[in-house]
Amino acid sequence: MITVQVQEAPFDPGQLTNSVHAGNQAIGAVVCFTGYVRDFNLQHSVQGLFLEHFPGMTEKSLERIAEEASQRWPLLAVHILHRVGQLEPGEPIVFVAAASAHREEAFNACAFIMDYLKTRAPFWKKEQTSTGSRWVEGRPSDQQAAARWADDAESS
Amino acid sequence: MITVLFFARYKEELQTDKLQLDWQEGWQSLEDVRAHLIQRGTPWTTLEDPSLMCARNQEMCSLDTAVRAGDEVAFFPMVTGG
Repeated sequence: MITVQVQEAPFDPGQLTNSVHAGNQAIGAVVCFTGYVRDFNLQHSVQGLFLEHFPGMTEKSLERIAEEASQRWPLLAVHILHRVGQLEPGEPIVFVAAASAHREEAFNACAFIMDYLKTRAPFWKKEQTSTGSRWVEGRPSDQQAAARWADDAESS
Repeated sequence: MITVLFFARYKEELQTDKLQLDWQEGWQSLEDVRAHLIQRGTPWTTLEDPSLMCARNQEMCSLDTAVRAGDEVAFFPMVTGG
């Protein structure tokens, strides 16, 4: 079961984790990732973060990433939630849960989904700092993290 | 006619988020549409960004992807979600 949510409202990671497991006792493992807004980035204190996205394409991209993970591993549930709009330091921004019968599939799927989300889902961050606002630049290390899954596919 | 969307930094620099362009004879790929816009000069030269990403009809694709009249094309900077 795949669930994708894109919303401005805050969320409770604990509640989401419980809801992923609820109603399916075949699930033996739920691996969750929660990303938070940091108050510091590249030598600047961050006062706030604005998340722009591409409505329509965003949801489709996340669904496709969840489907791709489900094809690679025997998953029993995937939940992806990403916030958009104005966020403050300390707030949760993204939640990914992968559920499976055993832990290894869930660990791998959760990491895969985050790596793909960071490089293939149309979100853009704009940081508000003491010296003004600036668009966050994409990092080559994120591209490399996503590329390792392509290597996996080739070697298997 | 095709629709071209811009996001984030490009949207700000170009001061627009959406264009409707008349279909040009000879257009084959998204690269042709990009080159057409860059030809307009500043500020459109921002699309020369080597890490530019693009989508055709809301699917991420490469610049050599074929484009057709009626398509919705999007150009945007490297994504930074998560």
